[in-house]
Amino acid sequence: MLLKGKVWKFGDDISTDLIAPGRFYHLRSNLNEFAKHVMEDADPTFASQVQAGDFLVGGKNFGLGSSREHAPLIIKMAGVSAVMAKSFARIFYRNAINVGLPVLVCETDKLETGDELEVDLEKGLIRNLSKGLTLDFKPLPKVMINILQDGGLVAHIEKHKDFKLD
Amino acid sequence: MGQTLSERIISEHVNRKVTAGETVLTPVDLCLLQDGTAPLAIRQLGKLGLEKVFNPKRVVFFIDHASPSPRRELSNDHTLIKEFAKKTGAQLSDIGGGISHQVINEFYVNPGDILIGADSHTCTGGALCAFATGLGSSDVAIGMALGKTWFRVPETFKIVIKGKFPFGVFAKDLILHLIGLIGADGATYKALEFCGETIENLPMHDRLTLSNMAVEAGAKVGLIASDKITQKFLQRMGRGNKYRKIKPDSDAVYDRVIEMDVSRLEPQISFPHTVDNTRPLSKAKGIRIQQVFLGTCTNGRLEDLAIFYNIVKGRKRDPQTRVIINPASRTIYLQAIERGYLEEFVRFGAEVLMPGCGPCVGVHGGIPSDGENILSTMNRNFKGRMGNPESFIYLASPAVCAATALKGEIADPREFLPQPKKAIKAKKPVSLKGPSPKSKAKSKTSKRKKK
Repeated sequence: MLLKGKVWKFGDDISTDLIAPGRFYHLRSNLNEFAKHVMEDADPTFASQVQAGDFLVGGKNFGLGSSREHAPLIIKMAGVSAVMAKSFARIFYRNAINVGLPVLVCETDKLETGDELEVDLEKGLIRNLSKGLTLDFKPLPKVMINILQDGGLVAHIEKHKDFKLD
Repeated sequence: MGQTLSERIISEHVNRKVTAGETVLTPVDLCLLQDGTAPLAIRQLGKLGLEKVFNPKRVVFFIDHASPSPRRELSNDHTLIKEFAKKTGAQLSDIGGGISHQVINEFYVNPGDILIGADSHTCTGGALCAFATGLGSSDVAIGMALGKTWFRVPETFKIVIKGKFPFGVFAKDLILHLIGLIGADGATYKALEFCGETIENLPMHDRLTLSNMAVEAGAKVGLIASDKITQKFLQRMGRGNKYRKIKPDSDAVYDRVIEMDVSRLEPQISFPHTVDNTRPLSKAKGIRIQQVFLGTCTNGRLEDLAIFYNIVKGRKRDPQTRVIINPASRTIYLQAIERGYLEEFVRFGAEVLMPGCGPCVGVHGGIPSDGENILSTMNRNFKGRMGNPESFIYLASPAVCAATALKGEIADPREFLPQPKKAIKAKKPVSLKGPSPKSKAKSKTSKRKKK
C-alpha cells in the first residue's frame, strides 16, 4: 500500500493529553466532534488544516500516558494516514494498530513540516519527495501486521474468530 | 534457565515455559474497564454482535472518572455501562465506590493473575504479584468477551532497593527519583521487578504506589514477588485463601539491573510537564502553589491521608492555597471518617471529594486556572492533564503536599512531621491511628473557643 501526504512535525513526548485532551472527556462518545480537537494543545491549527493522507511525525516516546484508544482513533478520523516517531509508548502503539492506524518507527530528525512523503508499507520505505531522501522503518511484529492488514482488531477477530498470531 | 516473575506468571497460563521476546496468546483472569474507556469497548464488541463476557464475576466496570457525572453526555455513558453490566452479569462499581485501581486490588486481584485493564494504571496490581497491564478499549473488549489476549513476553529490569527511608522520605519519592533516573521511556515494553531488602519490608500501600507508576517509565508491568505482606493484605481483605507465594528464580535473566540505596534520598519533586523531570526538593522550595491535591490511585490511601493529617492537624492552611482531598475508595473514605481525618481536613479548609479520579484527569473537581501551579500526589503532570494546558503540575509525596498546604509554596515536610521518638514526648501526641476520643474532644473545644 502506498501512502502519500505532507508532514506535520512535532517534538518528543507527545502525550495522549496533548492528542486527546481530558477537558473534552464528554466527547468520547461523540468522536466526530472530538476529532475537531485532535492535537489541539500541541498545535491549535492542526485539526482544521490537516489534509487527508497527511503524516503526523513526532520524536521519541510518542503517545505516552493514558490508555485512551480515542487518541489514535481521532488522529485517524482527522485523515492522518500514518504516524511516524523515533519511538512510541507501548499502549498507544498497540491501540493505533487496533484501530487500523499505521505507526512507523523511524529516524524523524530530517523530516520537517510540509515535506511531501510517499510511504510504501510493504517495502518499509519512506521517500521524502521534497528533500530527495529515503528512510526505512522497522517492520511491525507479525501479529500486528495481521491486525493492521485486516483493518484493526475488531475486523481481525471478525475475520478469524480469534487472534491470528502468525 | 530461570524465570522472571513475568515469565513465570505467563508460563503458568499457557502451560509451557516461555521466555522474554516470545509472542503468546494467553487466557486472562480479570478485566477492568472504567467510564472513560468502557463505552468504546462496549461499542467495539457491538460491531461483532457480541454482548457477553467470559466470566461475569471477573469482569469489573468502574464508574470513577466522572463520578458523580458532571455532564449529560457522561451520564449517558454511565447508563450504557450499567445496561451492559446488567445484561452480561458483569460486576459494577458505581459512583462513590472509588478508583478502579484501588478497589480492584482491595477486592479482586490475586497473586499470579493476569489482569488486563482499559486504563494505563492497571499496572498497580503488580504490587500483589499479578501480571497487571493497561490496554486500550478494543483489546479489553475482546479480552473480556473471549477471556484471552496476546502479549509479547517482556524483558525485565530488576530494580534492587536497599536501605531505610530517611525521615520524611517515602515510597513516592523513591518512584519519582527512579523514573527521573530511567526516563519516561526508559522501560518501554519492559517489565519492572521491584526487589531488595527495602521492598521486602515495604507495606502494601507503598508497594501499590510503586507499581502504580511503573507505566510512567514506559513499563508494561511493575511486579513485586508475593510474600507475608501480600498474605496479610489479602487476609485483611477477606481472601487470605487466595494467597500463594510467587518469586522469580535466582538465575532468572534480566535485561538490566538497577540498584538504589534510599538511605540518602531526599524528598523528590517532578517538575512540569513530564514525570521524569524530577529534582530534589531543595531545588523546588519556595515555588508558589495555588492548589494542593491529595488523592488518586497513586496516593489516595489511608496511610497517605494519615501522613497529611499528621502534618496539618491543628495548623492553618495558607489562605492563598486551595486544598482538594480525594480518598481513593469507599473503604478508605469510611476509615478516614472513623479516624477523624476528614473532620480535621474540613476544619483545615480542604475540599473533601467523594472517591474518584475527577481532578487527576481534568474531568471535574479542581480544574486549575491559567498560569496556576498545582502540587499533587498524582502520577502524571502532562500539559493539560488536569483540564487546563495553561497550568503547571508538580508531583510529590503526600507529606510534601501537606507542608506546602501550610506554607503556600513548595515546602519541606521535615519541618512539620513529628519525629517518631519526639512524638511520644510531645505535648500533643500524634498517632497514625488518628486522634483518641480525648484529643478529638480537645480539638472541638479549641474550635469553639475560636468562634
